[in-house]
Parts: sequence; structure tokens; C-alpha cells
Amino acid sequence: MTAPNTGPIIQVRNLHKWYSGVHALKGVSLDINPNEALGLVGDNGAGKSTLINILSGTQRPDDGEITYEGRPIHFKGPRDAMEAGIETIYQYNSMVPTMSIARNMFIGREPVKASVFGIGIMDQAKMRAESVQAIADVDLHLRSPDALVGELSGGQRQGVAIARAMHFKSKVMILDEPTNHLAVKETQKVIGCVKSLKDLGITAVFVSHNMHHVFECCDRIVAMARGEIVMDRRVKDTSLEEILTVL
Amino acid sequence: MKRLLKIYMEKPELAAIVFLVVLTMVFHVRSNAVFLNLQNLQGMLGLLPEVALVAVGVTLLMICGEFDLSVGSVFALTPMVMGVMLANGWPFAMAFPAGLIAALVAGFINGALTVRFSIPSFITTLGMLFVARSLTVVISGGFPPVIPAGAMPRGMFTAFIGPGDLFRMSFIWFVLIAVLIGLMLSRTNFGNWVRATGGFLPAAQSMGIPTARVKIACFMICSVLAGFAGTLQVMRLGAPLPSIGEGLELQAVAAAVIGGTALTGGIGTILGGIVGAILIRVIDNGLVLSRVDANWFKMALGALTVFAVIMNTWLRAKAKRMKVETQK
Repeated sequence: MTAPNTGPIIQVRNLHKWYSGVHALKGVSLDINPNEALGLVGDNGAGKSTLINILSGTQRPDDGEITYEGRPIHFKGPRDAMEAGIETIYQYNSMVPTMSIARNMFIGREPVKASVFGIGIMDQAKMRAESVQAIADVDLHLRSPDALVGELSGGQRQGVAIARAMHFKSKVMILDEPTNHLAVKETQKVIGCVKSLKDLGITAVFVSHNMHHVFECCDRIVAMARGEIVMDRRVKDTSLEEILTVL
Repeated sequence: MKRLLKIYMEKPELAAIVFLVVLTMVFHVRSNAVFLNLQNLQGMLGLLPEVALVAVGVTLLMICGEFDLSVGSVFALTPMVMGVMLANGWPFAMAFPAGLIAALVAGFINGALTVRFSIPSFITTLGMLFVARSLTVVISGGFPPVIPAGAMPRGMFTAFIGPGDLFRMSFIWFVLIAVLIGLMLSRTNFGNWVRATGGFLPAAQSMGIPTARVKIACFMICSVLAGFAGTLQVMRLGAPLPSIGEGLELQAVAAAVIGGTALTGGIGTILGGIVGAILIRVIDNGLVLSRVDANWFKMALGALTVFAVIMNTWLRAKAKRMKVETQK
């Protein structure tokens, strides 16, 4: 996979968002380059989630512009973002625990045999086979695609979510606090996964308030505080101490 | 062996089926072999579709994470709309759809209010319970309208059929609809969305599922099934009483829950709801035939409901702890 142009894959210009009187994003501008692993850090309420939600289509900005692969975009919902190739993996919001792995893999994008008004019979054999393949591709070994996601550990769930994003050929993967509540070993596995995205030509936006994790797997760090970007550096040009002072 | 056990424990409707078989045998013996004779089966199978259709709708809606207390009232309103129109000389081909449209509208209002104002469906549908019942009484004037003889094509809906007239046509309708809804839930992408919406709403939303529309659709399906069930009952009885279906909402919830549907949504099957409804009918009928005071029925129903939920919760927790391969 190669990026069509060498400019930024996502360009954010002067983005504003208000929540009933609170100015959550105060004119944020940010370029995300293709094939880069961008770490987005900041304290609670710094505006990270708002920015992420806008990029993933779950919220709309009040002002400002976003261009994606050079074209201006206006996502009406998460669907639009997913179809464009931006996939978001939330802390725990991206899987339904009471459903099987195969069904979770394809929520909202089920392969159907003939449909009427978008409703049709799912191709369950295809769903099983493709989820087995997708999970194996991220080097995860699960018992069966019919196991319930609720039976998986936190790390395995993130693995399935990442496998899902890769299966649908996303170009940008936004990972919102993917390492929260994970055991040490599983955290390492998720971080390893983020590192390997680069080889696959996928741009990663890694949101976390754990600096160590960000330093471990990102090329560039953007820090936010009080709705603004307060720092934007290459990882090798900065240090933990410097980031802590600006937050 | 362990694998089979796990599959079994993950399917609470199987436990309900086993219980149903045992109970049937007990009642058959206790009633001196009256329980499974032709006349009694005929009576039970004639009543079953009406309750079971309501249970199917309520089960679907509960899997979607919502609740409908108004099914009993819609069960009365739908045939009343039809009955009043028939009594005023409208043809069946107009009156019957008009009744079902009334049910669909009630379901739409339930769903739209619940979703739009994000309030518990318990409240919206409790409101609809009173509103629809009141409308039923108002449009009937308090008396059942006199439906002209032959105005309803009862041959299509309630006539006896099958060997020894064992079934009524309503049973065929019920089986058709139940299979259709069951397949829709388990095989179609819409079914996947219903389960995701009820199972974990934020995930469904973040994956771009139109959860509001899915919920409203489920409310409408639930409502129209209740309305159709009420229409079947009226065709069987011949006249729409304004009071039919009272207390049915809670029986339907009990049926769904006994069949393994979780109140929290996401878990359950249509088959489970049907088995639950059959169990309720079997207990009702079996107690009478065993010469037990009929007033014990609600006691048995209540105890069974609570027992079933405790059992299902326990089985699920147990099954979750068994790390066994369950690939089919």
C-alpha cells in the first residue's frame, strides 16, 4: 500500500468545538502524515477525545476544516469515517461482549447474499473464515470465531478490534486509550501491534495518558492542554520531562 | 462431553425445553392421561398462538435492549379498530390493515419517544398501556361492536385444520411468523444489528449502526405482532371485548425471561420466548387438569420466572468459566 500523495493524510485546520458553554477545542490545527505513528497525549479534559470523536465521525465540529487525502470531508457519522478508511478502536466501546467474534468482526459491514433495502441474509461461513484469517494475521490465536467476545481478555479484545480494522483495509487507525486496564504482557502486545502498523502502511493515532507507552511506539508526539495543542515534536527530539512541563 | 455441556449451558432455551418435557409428563400422569388427549391439546394449541406471538415480539424487543408494557393494550386496540370499522360496514380488506396500522403507529410512538428523549421504554410504554387501553374503550363506546356475520374470513385465521382438527389456522400463522422473525434475528444483518444494539449500545453506535432506527423497527414489530395476536383472539371469540389482553404484557415478559432472554438486552432467542410461552400455557392448563386450585397459577408463574432467571444467570457464569472449544 502506498499513499497517493506525499502531503499529510489528514489535515485539521482551526477546529472549534463548544459544549454548552465549554470551549473544548480552541482552534486546533494538526497535520497527520501518512504512515506515521502519532501519539496524542494530554490530561483529562484536554480535548483529545473531542478531537478523536470528530475525526472518527461521532461528533461534528462547530467550526474549522478537515481534509483527508487532500479532499475536504464532512463526516455525518462513524459510518462515513469507516468507509473513508478511518477506523477507531476505543478503550472498551468497540466490541459487543454478548456476541461472537465472527459477528463482532462484521458489525455494520456484514457480507450479505442478496439484500432488499440493505437488509439481507448474512454469509456466515464467509464471516467465520475471514475472521479466523484476520485474527491470525495479527498473530492472535483464539479458540474459535464462535467464542463470545465477553470471554476474551482485554488484550485479546483489542487484538480483535485491530484485526477488524486491518481486515477492512483502514488507512488510518485511531486507538483511544487501547492499553487502559490491560495486564503488562497484553499491553506489550498491543504496543507491538501499533509498531507493526507502520510496516503495513497504516497511519496510527495513539491516544493515551501513559507517556511510556506513547514513547515506546510513536514517531511523533502531540500534547494537548485546555483545548489547544501545546507541543508537537518528534519523539527523538523530546523527553518525558519536557512533556510533563507543558501539560 | 465438557464441550456439549458448555454448548448446552450457553443455550438457556434448551434447559426450558427439558423442563417443559418433564412438566408435560408430570401433568399427563397427574391428570390421568387427560393432558395429552386430543381435546385438551386442541384447546391448548388454539390459545397458544395468541400468547406466543406476543411473546415473540416482546422477546425480540428485549434482545434489542428495550421493553414494551403496552402489548396487552395494543392486543385489544387493534381488533377493536377492526371491529368498529366492520360494524360500520367497512370491508375486511380495509378494516384488518387499519387495525394493524394502529398497532404500527403505537409501536412507532413508543420507539420514537424512547429514542428521541432517551427515556426508559418502561415509562414510554407504561404510558402507551393506558393510552391504548383508553382509546380501545372510547372507540368502542364501552360495548363490543356487533360484527356482521361472515365479515371476518375466519377460515383463513381460526378454522380447525390438520389430523383430527388438532390445529387452528392461527397456529400456521404463528409458526410462519415465528420462523420468519427467528431467521431474521439469527441470519440477517438486521438481526446482527438488533443484538449489537441491545448487547452494548456504545459499540453498536461507534460501528455506525443506525441504532435509533433499529430500536424503532423492533418496537413496531413487537406492537404489530401483539395487534395481530389480538385480532386472532377476536376472530376466535367472534367479538372484540375492550378488556382482552389485560395482564398479557407481564406474561409475555415472563415467557421471554423463562426462555433465557436477559432484561439487559443482547441475550436471548426467539425459540426461548416461544418455549417460555408454551411453558406458561402448560402450567395454566396442567394445574387445572391436575385438580389443583386454579388460583395457584400465578404463584407457579411467579416462582418459575424468578427461578429461571437465577438458573440462567448461574448457567451463564458457569459456562463462561469453562474454557472449552465450542466450534460447531
